[in-house]
Amino acid sequence: MSSDTIDVRYVAKLARIALTDEEVDRFGAQLGDLLAHVNALAELDTNAVPATAQVVESRNVQRDDVPAPCLDREIVLAQAPQRQGPFFRVPRIIAE
Amino acid sequence: MASNGEIIERSAAAIARDVNAKSVSAREVADATLARADALEPQIGAYLTTLHDFARRQAERVDQRVRAGERLPLAGVPLAVKDNMCLDGTRTTCGSKILEGWVAPYTATAVARMLDAGCVPIGKANLDEFAMGSSCENSALGLTRNPYDRERVPGGSSGGSAAAVAAHEAALGLGSDTGGSIREPGAFCNLIGFKPTYGRVSRYGLIAFASSLDQIGPLARTVEDAALAYEAMSGRDAMDATSMDRPVETVALRDDLRGLRVGLVREFDTDKLGSELHAIYQRAYAELAKLGAEIVDVSLPTADYGLATYYLIAPAECSSNLSRFDGVRYGLRVDAADVQAMYEQTRAAGFGPEVKRRILIGTYALSSGYYDAYYVRAQKARTLVARDFETAFGRCDLVASPAASCPAFTFNAKSDPYSMYMMDYYTIPMSLAGLPALSVPCGWVTPAGGNHPMPLGLQLCAPLFAESLLLGAAHAYERATMYAVQHPPQVTLEARA
Amino acid sequence: MNRQYEAVIGIECHVELKTATKMFCGCRNEFGGEPNTKVCPVCLGMPGALPVPNSRAIEHMLRAGLAFGAQIPAFSKFDRKNYFYPDMPKDYQISQYDMPLTLGGEVTYWLEDGSMRTCRLTRIHLEEDTGKSSHAGSGDGRIAGSDYSLVDFNRAGVPLMECVSEPDLRSAQEAVAYLESLRLTLLQLGVSDVKMEEGSLRCDANVSIRPMGTTQLGTKTEIKNMNSFRSVARAIESEIERQIGVVESGARVVQETRGWDEGRGVTHSMRSKEQAHDYRYFPDPDLVPLEPATGAQVESLQQAIPELPWQRYERFTAQYGLNPNSASQLVASPDLAEYFDRVASQTRNPHASANLVLGDLSRLANETGVPVAQSQAVAAQVAELVELLESKTINSKIGKDLVERMWRGEGAPRAIVEREGLAQTSDAGAIEVFVNAAIAAHPKVVADYRAGKTNVAGFLVGQIMKASSGKADPALVRELLLKKLDHNVSS
Repeated sequence: MSSDTIDVRYVAKLARIALTDEEVDRFGAQLGDLLAHVNALAELDTNAVPATAQVVESRNVQRDDVPAPCLDREIVLAQAPQRQGPFFRVPRIIAE
Repeated sequence: MASNGEIIERSAAAIARDVNAKSVSAREVADATLARADALEPQIGAYLTTLHDFARRQAERVDQRVRAGERLPLAGVPLAVKDNMCLDGTRTTCGSKILEGWVAPYTATAVARMLDAGCVPIGKANLDEFAMGSSCENSALGLTRNPYDRERVPGGSSGGSAAAVAAHEAALGLGSDTGGSIREPGAFCNLIGFKPTYGRVSRYGLIAFASSLDQIGPLARTVEDAALAYEAMSGRDAMDATSMDRPVETVALRDDLRGLRVGLVREFDTDKLGSELHAIYQRAYAELAKLGAEIVDVSLPTADYGLATYYLIAPAECSSNLSRFDGVRYGLRVDAADVQAMYEQTRAAGFGPEVKRRILIGTYALSSGYYDAYYVRAQKARTLVARDFETAFGRCDLVASPAASCPAFTFNAKSDPYSMYMMDYYTIPMSLAGLPALSVPCGWVTPAGGNHPMPLGLQLCAPLFAESLLLGAAHAYERATMYAVQHPPQVTLEARA
Repeated sequence: MNRQYEAVIGIECHVELKTATKMFCGCRNEFGGEPNTKVCPVCLGMPGALPVPNSRAIEHMLRAGLAFGAQIPAFSKFDRKNYFYPDMPKDYQISQYDMPLTLGGEVTYWLEDGSMRTCRLTRIHLEEDTGKSSHAGSGDGRIAGSDYSLVDFNRAGVPLMECVSEPDLRSAQEAVAYLESLRLTLLQLGVSDVKMEEGSLRCDANVSIRPMGTTQLGTKTEIKNMNSFRSVARAIESEIERQIGVVESGARVVQETRGWDEGRGVTHSMRSKEQAHDYRYFPDPDLVPLEPATGAQVESLQQAIPELPWQRYERFTAQYGLNPNSASQLVASPDLAEYFDRVASQTRNPHASANLVLGDLSRLANETGVPVAQSQAVAAQVAELVELLESKTINSKIGKDLVERMWRGEGAPRAIVEREGLAQTSDAGAIEVFVNAAIAAHPKVVADYRAGKTNVAGFLVGQIMKASSGKADPALVRELLLKKLDHNVSS
């Protein structure tokens, strides 16, 4: 288990949430506090234990390849934050 | 015919009986409930949206069906729907600014089944934002007060549904429970708060918090009502791959607990709760014994690791589930020069601090270099918790414990995040193992500095898929003790019908 | 190609599966259509929506895996690949990380000279496609320099097979041959339409070089934006050349993604440094694990796998003895190959069958727009024609006529030949009569021939053929004519 402090800015970037400096400090402290409690899990012997894949055993749930009704486009686009004709519009994607 | 004031204080079962018998119409029940909601909402704030027109139209439909000869299990029953469940054409906000104006274009399966059973939705109920919280204080869109003491929280995250049912602004409430979010508000508001086995109730249309833990369940004033609701909402749904293909049995309500063994968890020693609460819970256990149950000692050695396990798994799943709130297709958008900046600013403005905290810790737990140490380890700990219960259920049929470590607290009493997380201490292990569990009223206590007696809840938990056993036993306890009716909610009606 | 260096190439393909509906919802999976009309809460990533896997997509995956000799594991699952992008409805993609539906396998392919090669597969996994974005304001539709983007989610959620090869390929030609075999196999299995022009087959190439004779892998680049097999060949060749140039100049190849510019014939860097995405893969809790390898199902799927294109190619070249080019042409069109098989199995001469199918019949197909296999010239009739020609019952000119007449639906050739007396004359005596008549009728031509202009014999052959209503055996005509012409000289 790690006792590193979380790089809050990096994690916030991954999660696409802009944080103020104050939030970086405040969340850093609060999350550090939580991690300190969470680190107790290291005391458990989980070597021979499988991770829970599914809380209640179930396998192979699928559906048949049969069409179902779609949503009306006007309903779909009516609540789009920005639309242009039949499309969703977003600000420019900066080529990375 | 019952007067309007009386009818809405009756149980869901009684209302359905009367509407089916045509001695009162669904429309009349709806009107009376809406009037009560309008009167009480300034004090209680249970609903983010009151569905005046929708309710009346739905009630008319119920009346039509009853007139045509149908007998609906929940005919005309007024229903509070937690606002993280989609109901076609209604504002569905999750208590968040990021969905503040969003109108759902489809209906959650569980909600549809309740409507099909005859329920009339009265309002979309307040909640902790995205179901993250234990007091309803994390809602960004409204404040809900506990009907038993309006200076106190109703519990969370299903606080709005609980308050609505407790204040008779509905006869049934739909809540969702991830780590205790039905059971704890049920305990805080003097109700039955019931979480079925994971996979019993479809999650299609329930806006996801933690996919492997979320379950929809009822909040009700009696066990019988909770059982009726459970029967209506449960069953396999083709739209939810995690919903189980198991027949939903009719619940057999019992009068006593003869032949049953009730396990008391060694690690849940109630001494830690202070002398008053300790006495109340010891009395509850004694009452179970008086009903014929054999009390046995069981151990859940990993119980103390439940919180740590839960607060890694749930945030990890939610960090991914909430990525879709990005300002592209629906919801709030904060404009920016480029799309990545738009994401960052939209989510900064749209999410409250608790949601941000959980997304951050969840993202961290899944990130490269930390995945094995945190997420995988937590999933392994989860297996251990489930095994502990399996072992315990080898020696008992039901597990009993407090539902919460204290009664409803005052606003801002638990401002430190971790102290709030501790409110889920007793309920989390059952969630991790997917087990059916409920809270049933077991007494009253006037908290230090409080003005009114506040309810306490006894948690009962059964093995996977043993809902009938669980509800049956809870009914026996409820009928023998009747704590719920000892104190009325502290609400004043300006205008009575 | 530079003999000092060896190219090491791997191909990564994304194949849209041929299903009626999308991977996780019931929206229609079809090309084209008005934007944002084939969408629902699930594939739009709306709050509360949940995925349920398409059983036919899984079946297609298993069949494809079995066809490539892959292992079907006992346990498989879906994982979430988390990243933010406007065409991602959930800002995570449901994919497979460490437990894909099939493991390993190989693609057998053939080169122009007829030799067979294999390229191993690393894995084949199942995932969902993203929506499509178009970019406005940059003048060339590219992201760089654009002002805003427009997104269409019709394609979001379409089932996608990702097929990753080991870097076993050593040239652009091998890469294209690999792709052709892969494409034809998937087409034959009915698993996909595999049309690059419609986006149902997309591929990227990983290219590196190393000094010939060494085994350590060089730094690789990923090449994207190739829209046809021809582009793939050109792009790979261009990149190999570029990398050699870099290394020879003393610099090092940078690991990066490069886009192929079809117009300028070069690759250009798409990213200044390698983007390290942290995808935070974890098992998707909305989906339950799969146990794909239940013996009975796998067994029956395995048995239903038909002869694959590479197996057919091998049979055509090895068993029928066809030349690589003919075999390749036939295999490239499964219907045509099956048709040819039906003809060849009824004749003793696969070469002649192939020539007829690829020659006159294919020409007629082009001219009339009717595919050979759907024409009125049924295989049994064509086989009959081949036999008539092989037995020299008719000559090639009559043969050509009969092909046209069969195409028009006039029926079996043998009956026509008998009815109209089209059997060629091989009676030397009868032919001599025509030969003498022609020589007598054209003394000047005969004189020219004897004077040394030997090519004028063709004119006389033509006259004799005409006189015999085309039925004389042309080879015999020529033989007897020349004998007479030469004989008279010497006498």
